[in-house]
Amino acid sequence: MTQATYAGVLDLAAGAFLLAAVLIVWRRELRAIVRLLAWQGVALAAIPLTEGIHQRDAALLTVGVIVLLLKAVALPILLGRAVGTEDHERRESTPLVNTTASLLITAALTVLAYAVTRPIIALDPTGATRAVPAAFAVILIAVFVMVSRRRALSQAVGFLMLDNGIAATAFLITAGVPLIVELGASLDALFAVLVLGVLTGRMRRAFGDTDLDQLRELRD
Amino acid sequence: MNILLLVPILAPLAAAVLAATLGWRRLSASVTVFAALSVLISGAAIGSRIGSGARFSVGHLLRADALSVTMLIVIGTVGTLATWAGIGYINAELAHGHTDSRGANLYGVLVPIFLAAMALAVLANNIGVMWVAIEATTVATAFLVGHRRTRAALEATWKYVVICSVGIALAFLGTVLLYFASLHAGAPSGSALNIDVLLTHAARLDPAVTHLAAGLLLLGYGAKAGLVPFHTWLADAHSQSPAPVSALMSGVLLSVAFSALLRVKSVVDLALGTGFLRTGLLIVGLLTVLIAASLLVVQTDFKRMLAYSSMENMGLVAVAAAAGTELAIAALLLHVLAHGIGKALVFLAAGQLQAAHDSTAIGDVTGVLARSRVVGTAFAVGLAVLIGLPPFAMFASELSISRALAGAHLEWALGTALLLMVIAFAALARNGSRMLLGPHDASSPAIAVPGSVAGALVTGVILSVALGLTAGPFTQLFHTAATLLGAAP
Repeated sequence: MTQATYAGVLDLAAGAFLLAAVLIVWRRELRAIVRLLAWQGVALAAIPLTEGIHQRDAALLTVGVIVLLLKAVALPILLGRAVGTEDHERRESTPLVNTTASLLITAALTVLAYAVTRPIIALDPTGATRAVPAAFAVILIAVFVMVSRRRALSQAVGFLMLDNGIAATAFLITAGVPLIVELGASLDALFAVLVLGVLTGRMRRAFGDTDLDQLRELRD
Repeated sequence: MNILLLVPILAPLAAAVLAATLGWRRLSASVTVFAALSVLISGAAIGSRIGSGARFSVGHLLRADALSVTMLIVIGTVGTLATWAGIGYINAELAHGHTDSRGANLYGVLVPIFLAAMALAVLANNIGVMWVAIEATTVATAFLVGHRRTRAALEATWKYVVICSVGIALAFLGTVLLYFASLHAGAPSGSALNIDVLLTHAARLDPAVTHLAAGLLLLGYGAKAGLVPFHTWLADAHSQSPAPVSALMSGVLLSVAFSALLRVKSVVDLALGTGFLRTGLLIVGLLTVLIAASLLVVQTDFKRMLAYSSMENMGLVAVAAAAGTELAIAALLLHVLAHGIGKALVFLAAGQLQAAHDSTAIGDVTGVLARSRVVGTAFAVGLAVLIGLPPFAMFASELSISRALAGAHLEWALGTALLLMVIAFAALARNGSRMLLGPHDASSPAIAVPGSVAGALVTGVILSVALGLTAGPFTQLFHTAATLLGAAP
């Protein structure tokens, strides 16, 4: 792989990664959101796979395959199961922030991501590091999704996007954290999503709904 | 020696495997108590051998120094008390139908896993592995918080998992950035996150990236330690958990998360000087004490009251860490140990009060001292520890923290903290004395005290008094830990 193709593929992957996040902000249909999350997982896995091929690094390729299986297949399937079967359960409730405003905020967060990541690019101005604002933008967008959505499942999606954004940052700036940390972090994410899935099910049984506005018994 | 570092992790894991095969039995529950005790004993044994150095095990994956030993002793002590009392507590929950055998089995498996994860967090040499262990405590405790399966418990669990996972994710981003800076400072890629390697390369870390990393790590681990701005899970989770789990979360988990922050601070201070994290810790610490004190004043629920008291104490610990001198760090570690035992006492006693009254409203509980000598005494002693009355150890630690703050020219922070602590003191003393000494009549329900709960409470009272009378060998240990963390004398 030539240097130019390598940089091009990385930029494409980072762009697709950010685009998936923007589309998740745009869509309200929960199944579509979960599908977009799976595509984001593919774009994420493309980063270590590209780097692995470019640097002929077998360990990085292995990590890429694990990420692909986990983020693009296993976790979306787990989340897809937690989507309710009833009609009103399949869509995000009336959002706190409307779609147009959400998309504008997303654009502002992307600009903010460029500002925040300047020290990182200054320390290591390579092609891969230059794509890191996209990963940071996804992190900020994920936090925005978590605070502005009202369905339990949307919050779980936001959490996974946050996790994806951090993983992408790690792959872009350091070609991945040490293997043992990567495996531990993936395992933690898997368990956290399992826990959130079980809790969503319990919530549906207890409240007949997964609208987080129901959660208002405990406060001071 | 090397085996000794594995005991605190493997013993609770073995207990978890036994609990998974046998289910909730007297045998498996007792083995968990002994596993917690073995954390304490191995911690003490490691402590007696390392002196002022550090020992490694499993290659360079595990590392024990005076701070790890201190935290192992806290985990072991509070863990033993909580798991011991847990036997009687869960049996009573089963008898009253608040949980079923599946819930009890799950409790039996998750509590030792929780202990093992905390032991790994304080023994990990790689700060990435330390992060994995602390995130694992969130996963392990999620279903413990939701143990009673009521709507309120479900709400508390959801908030706990979401807020802590997001908070701790920020700490992971900080860890990744630190790894990036460490690689560019010339550390080898396999070991660039190891504490010993980070310390030797700290002076060459890129300042701009390290600023970003340190801010994220402070916010992230602060979330697990109950510091602002991610503190909102704390009172809900502590009030809904079973009493032994509340004791573990409040007495140990918060301080384990804070010890992670102390580790990070020792690296960041070398790279950036002490100013950056001092400012950060002062802001979050004082804000945490402020929020805790204001919510203590209006509190009507005794488990939430105890939760806010934990927040107040963690805020004070953060302020002490900001001072950062040897005196401050040593006092902070004594504070953490004394608070752990004291908080275990009050939460375990509160569990029996909740079981007797089927309520956690302060107004429903009066005259406890006259109605049950064991629970009353334990609650009274625990509260006396927490509000810092002499002769208990938190009196000494708070005095030392005050002296350290004055010594570090942070008089304004000391004044603010003291004022807020007096408010918290008044609120705790008022509610506590009403619960302990208030009028009661024959219609008040009987407070049952199962044998294992009584044993844990009496032991906790003895330990609190003993620690108050003499910190003994701990003084040396705490000062060694402070020096290793790079504190100025």
